[in-house]
Amino acid sequence: MQMTEQLKKTSLYDIHVKLGAKMAEFGGFLMPIQYTNITEEHLVTRNAAGLFDLSHMGEFLIEGKGAEAFLSRIVTGDPRSTSDGKTLYTLFCNEKGGVVDDIIIYRMSRDRFMLVVNASNIQKDDEWIASHLDEDVRFENLSDTIALLALQGPFAEPILRKTPFHEGSDLKRNSLVEFEVKGERILISRTGYTGEDGFEIYGSPQFSLEVWEILTQAGRSFGLKPVGLGARDTLRIEARLPLYGHDLDDETTPFEAGLGWTITLQKDFIGKEALTRQKAEGVKRKWVGFEMLEQGIPRQGCVIWKDRPVGRVTSGTYSPSFKKNIGLGYVIPEVSRIGTEFFIEIRDRKLRARVVETPFYRMKPKLTER
Amino acid sequence: MNSTLDIEDVKGSLKESSMNVLEGLFYTKTHEWARQEGLEVVVGISDHAQSELSDVVFIELPKVGKRVKQEEPTAVIESVKAAYDIYAPVSGKVARVNSEIEKDPALVNKDPYGKGWLFALTEVGSDDFKKLMDKNAYEAFLKR
Repeated sequence: MQMTEQLKKTSLYDIHVKLGAKMAEFGGFLMPIQYTNITEEHLVTRNAAGLFDLSHMGEFLIEGKGAEAFLSRIVTGDPRSTSDGKTLYTLFCNEKGGVVDDIIIYRMSRDRFMLVVNASNIQKDDEWIASHLDEDVRFENLSDTIALLALQGPFAEPILRKTPFHEGSDLKRNSLVEFEVKGERILISRTGYTGEDGFEIYGSPQFSLEVWEILTQAGRSFGLKPVGLGARDTLRIEARLPLYGHDLDDETTPFEAGLGWTITLQKDFIGKEALTRQKAEGVKRKWVGFEMLEQGIPRQGCVIWKDRPVGRVTSGTYSPSFKKNIGLGYVIPEVSRIGTEFFIEIRDRKLRARVVETPFYRMKPKLTER
Repeated sequence: MNSTLDIEDVKGSLKESSMNVLEGLFYTKTHEWARQEGLEVVVGISDHAQSELSDVVFIELPKVGKRVKQEEPTAVIESVKAAYDIYAPVSGKVARVNSEIEKDPALVNKDPYGKGWLFALTEVGSDDFKKLMDKNAYEAFLKR
């Protein structure tokens, strides 16, 4: 593929290659898809801990006196109701209520926010924010100057506690802390995209090599392994976390995607009118999870049938945790109830499937729940 | 939707020392192998292919009795990540399929030239082998 030359590499590229990772394109970056195999990396994250390079993700800084008011106007959630030091999962929507991107807002203070956006949407989001920008707000795209590692799994906390970044191990879920280690600024949040407890660690690209090394050393006795984007995908599907470009797009609304909880209709924001209308009228399709009752793996694009087409699969995989084939897709409300059976068309055959409760995977509660 | 095995954008994955290519088998550019066994031709995928696919979790085999043409999609192998078409290396009639791998798809990873075989063909066009590569040619093809 000639495109390879133009693909971006993260600061950890050489480490991935040395570890024998299969590298492939994702969101314009050459990323590790797997180091050993997806099933093994998936189960390591569920049962011990996994270390991910997510430096392809985009980071934006929104600063200034009007930062809070500006953000409130461009996202569906309410950054004003979030405390300093907290993160908020929310959405950019267009005027029609379609999802421009799903993002995480990091609230450092009333006038300083970091936004983490999908790699594949960095350019689109950059232009979208710039086109709506207020005068008392400064916007900077820091994506090329920030590296992101994720430490995920039941042993993430004890591993982090052993490192110079131990301040992060006391965080509550969806909280963040900023501090300095060896003269380097680090931001850690207790967030993730795997359905497990864990942390996301932001720092400079140069320093990220050292962070990777420190975490690898600290994690050795806990069974920590590097995990590629292949397992990240199977982990997030089990946890029913949507992936933009697959489960979400400009034509899909948050209510259809089951993301109504991210919306605060008691404030003004782009897309509010359309979403208010849809809330009153109801949705024409719903995002559901299903498991296959006959042998076959559902994949994005597969048509969902009853006596006629009733929907389409947006994500599907073999589930390493349950050793079953599972999928997510949009269907008409009439067939969205748990227990409903329908057919998934896979290579010209219609195979039986059943709507099940999601998330497919739920983290076991810890003995010392915070 | 199905990809071929020719994953050229995957870099850093060619561990040549671990790539096992057997003598006496004939190979396709899409990484299937064919082996004459009496009147049958047994078909599977190469060690290189199984390593590229990694964790095979599902296999769809053709019906016994089906006639297939050379280079026609005949079976499907699915890894966790995606589905891949398997092309018939030669034309013929499906005489047997390996039902063991339907129960244990990982056999394709563990033993691609042995217990991980896919299907066997009879009534094979004798000229069809001319299009295939021997060990040396396939090794050269993998290093290209």
